[in-house]
Amino acid sequence: MDALMLTIIATSIPLLLAATGELITEKSGVLNLGVEGMMLSGAVGALGAVLWLGNPYFGIIAGGLCGVLMASIFSIFTINFMTNQVATGLGLTIFATGLTGLAGAPLVGKTVPSLPKIEIFLLSDIPFVGEILFKQDFIAYLSVAIIIFITYFLKYSKSGIVLRAVGDDHQSAHSVGYPVKKIRWYATCFGGMCAGIGGAYIPLVLTPHWSEGMTAGRGWIALALVVFASWIPWRIIVGALIFGGITIAQLVGQARGWPIPSQILSMMPYLATIVALTMISGRISKSNSVVPASLGKPFFDTQ
Amino acid sequence: MITFTPRDKVSKNWTIIAPILSIFLTIFFGLLIFTFLGYNPLETLYQVFLSPFSRIDRISDIFVKACPLVIVGTGLMLCFRANVWNIGAEGQFIMGTLLAGSFALLFPSVETKFFIFIMIVIGFIGGALWAFIPAILKTKLNVNEILVSLMLVYVAMLFIDFIVRGPLRDPMSFGFPLSKPYPDGAIINKIPFPGIGYLGQLHYGILLILLLIPISWLFVNKTLSGFKINVLGSAPKAAKFAGFKQNTITITVLLLSGGLAGVAGVIEVSANIGQLQPEVSFGYGFTAIIVAFLGRLNPIGILFAGIIIATVKLGADNAQMSMGIPKVVTGLFEGILLFFLLTGETLQKYKIKWSKVT
Amino acid sequence: MLKFCMRIFSLFALGASVLFFIFNSAFAGTPTKVGFVYLTTPGDHGWTYAHELGKQMVEKRFGNDVKISVVENVPEGPDATRVIRELAKQGNEIIFTTSFGYMEPTLKVAKEFPNVKFEHITGYKRSKNVATGNIRFYEGRYIQGVVAGLMTKTNKIGYIAAYPIAEVIMGINSFAQGLRSVNKDASISVIWANTWYDPVKEADAAKVHIAEGADILAQHTDSPAMLQIAEKKGVLGFGQSTDMSAFAPKAQLFASINNWGPYYIRKIEELKSGKWNTGDGPNHWAGNDWGGLKAEMLLISKFQNMPDSVAKKAQEALDGLKSGKINIFAGPLVDNTGKEIIPAGKSLDDGALFRMNYYLKGVNGKVPG
Repeated sequence: MDALMLTIIATSIPLLLAATGELITEKSGVLNLGVEGMMLSGAVGALGAVLWLGNPYFGIIAGGLCGVLMASIFSIFTINFMTNQVATGLGLTIFATGLTGLAGAPLVGKTVPSLPKIEIFLLSDIPFVGEILFKQDFIAYLSVAIIIFITYFLKYSKSGIVLRAVGDDHQSAHSVGYPVKKIRWYATCFGGMCAGIGGAYIPLVLTPHWSEGMTAGRGWIALALVVFASWIPWRIIVGALIFGGITIAQLVGQARGWPIPSQILSMMPYLATIVALTMISGRISKSNSVVPASLGKPFFDTQ
Repeated sequence: MITFTPRDKVSKNWTIIAPILSIFLTIFFGLLIFTFLGYNPLETLYQVFLSPFSRIDRISDIFVKACPLVIVGTGLMLCFRANVWNIGAEGQFIMGTLLAGSFALLFPSVETKFFIFIMIVIGFIGGALWAFIPAILKTKLNVNEILVSLMLVYVAMLFIDFIVRGPLRDPMSFGFPLSKPYPDGAIINKIPFPGIGYLGQLHYGILLILLLIPISWLFVNKTLSGFKINVLGSAPKAAKFAGFKQNTITITVLLLSGGLAGVAGVIEVSANIGQLQPEVSFGYGFTAIIVAFLGRLNPIGILFAGIIIATVKLGADNAQMSMGIPKVVTGLFEGILLFFLLTGETLQKYKIKWSKVT
Repeated sequence: MLKFCMRIFSLFALGASVLFFIFNSAFAGTPTKVGFVYLTTPGDHGWTYAHELGKQMVEKRFGNDVKISVVENVPEGPDATRVIRELAKQGNEIIFTTSFGYMEPTLKVAKEFPNVKFEHITGYKRSKNVATGNIRFYEGRYIQGVVAGLMTKTNKIGYIAAYPIAEVIMGINSFAQGLRSVNKDASISVIWANTWYDPVKEADAAKVHIAEGADILAQHTDSPAMLQIAEKKGVLGFGQSTDMSAFAPKAQLFASINNWGPYYIRKIEELKSGKWNTGDGPNHWAGNDWGGLKAEMLLISKFQNMPDSVAKKAQEALDGLKSGKINIFAGPLVDNTGKEIIPAGKSLDDGALFRMNYYLKGVNGKVPG
């Protein structure tokens, strides 16, 4: 059970990170469908950096930077040139798939050392929980830290409130004097960084090598997770564990000979997301506080 | 700093210049990237953009590849014009194919080619039904159609996988996930040309495009429904004021685009594969989104956009065969092209002004 | 503006076609033109990489006497038809299509190009100019079973398989036969990845197997991910298609290596000397060329990470299979529900292997679908 739980957590972390980043991006009113692309570039960047510099921690930095780079491309077009966010996001994923395929070609077949586990003194000795919670790698701790940070940030910090204001009504936020574009740039880049680190987790911890398109749709699941969590940070943890859990459950089911076709099990997370969406949407129509109201709408800066 | 000021009306000049400029900028950036990565840039350009035109059968293969993209893209055009974001065409494509294919397999000895038309209708229904889910959730419960349609893509992929590995698997396939071959009546033939024979894969399904483009052009430009769709997309408030039924329009465009995606699936599989298999779509549903935008949400533009994207896809194959460049370069070109085109769209509506940072 | 663009464009076209011409005429000799179609990239380190190694042996053997074109990442569908036709059009005289899913596309194109020879790998349909070639992969899996049976402490073997097709099922059953020849208590659990290549999924499957108590892992998927996990978690496993010890120096017991080179070389030589043929033999199982350990189309890498006594047993199994002393599917055979497949004194023929849709004793669960 311990080992299974660890596997589920490991599978969930890329989703968790990418979804958390996207949550902040969306809170600022930007819908970036390029998460998959940002994750891929994070993965290839991380692997390249580790091969070049030798230390897996550089992989985290490189992964984050590559994600930010991709997010910047997205920001230039959607925020500055006011292009359609849906189309640009899709374009970003397609672009990044191509670019990482090319850039990753020389990395194919190379392998790197994994990110080491960090044991937290004493806590890691607690039976059962210790092994799972306090004997993780750096990125795992980082992802929890980020969740705690953004929960606080959105709820209590002034910047967080400004961010939400920009996402809810950019015209009013602008007229009050907030720099809408600048805030959206930051939020999008933060999303890119998280997605990049999430992508980096795949070669740094899960399977230490590169293959084209190795994120295999996790970026899209992250997008679903944000909605599943109805834009509330801690719920992303729950959602990511459910998604990860189902991914692993269908494998366990096979090993143990459960009589359910694996495809049907694999469908569950997607169907669950649709159900969750439907349920929260009912609530949204009553109180407009959950979904950022300006989500996906380009902001035109009337001087 | 760059600032934008809105134009009084959409700039005619930019409408023409933008796509051409985008293509040149794409080529320029492509050159840059390839030089940087150590490939001969000129030869890459030749292979990716020109080699698909170097033989008549290669040219006809462009049309074959463009066929599903144009059909799906035309449907998506309607959605996007109405500001309805159906990005699940891939799933609708699959479900249309699956429904029509399962139907065809019920009649193993059908020979009459009339059968194809029934399949196309069923494919339309299959795709439309799959699009009906986001449509009804959007209109009744205000659920975001982007995410629902996207989630349903994955459900559709897994569903067809389950079907061709289980219920519809051909017992003679030695366990491989393939259905029985379609009956003769469900196969779209290649077009024979007197004296030449066949040209690549060119098949009768292409004729549907010749029908679809003018019809959709008339629909969006000359009918009241087309007008309503445009108004809803560009000026939702005006649409409300004029008393257009927003929900009806949303459902209609989703059903039409889902249906067309299903039709594209039927044609693609009946002409090129001839049986059901776990993978029937190869990303056409997603690529068609780019085609729709590249074609500037205009039927004739979409035809050209489909041809351009198909060219790049085939060109990338050629580049790989002759130069060993990974095939993913297509994505690179598609992505850059899309970025510039979208920017062009902005420049149509806004004047650009450079000023010093204050 | 438009005129200017047109001029630039035609200038490009001109320059490019000149370039193309120069490139073409540079190879004006008469080498045999050989085409390969790959499902993924050689970077998979498994299936396609093994073909790539075979291709390299061809290059080494023939040098300038062959000109090879390769297309990677060709999905099994309409694209395959187009790519194969393109290779035929470009004057390739023999084309190797290296995945099962290219069967129909290969046959389709072969009809249009009666003078071009086609070699479809792992298929079962032949025509006048389509031959089929395959490897008896299952023989290596028997030896894997023997080693696994001797090395396991938990008596649980984790097997990661791609698709429930006959080729994979016979591999699992062959593994079970080897396993039970040395250890009657051990059993195999199978996880179907439903993909040939998805490193992350394969890694997840490996982790689940280990969590469920397996201490020996085997795979019939293509990436080295499973062995990398084994290495990290301190369990043992077998390499697939190519020697993967570089990825898992402490975990790989040995690898069954697909050795396509000699087959390719032989077929190209036959073509050059005009003796190329599609052989005869029944059409319902993989064609005329189905070679295994004896034909050296399947090689076994160095036995490692095991005591000498186990290596000795493994070697005995290898020798026995080569000499024909060991018949893997000899009766009496019972499936894992207790149903008799064949009585003592008989053994399964190749046709029966390709109709396998059951597990033999020693495998848990049942074949999906």
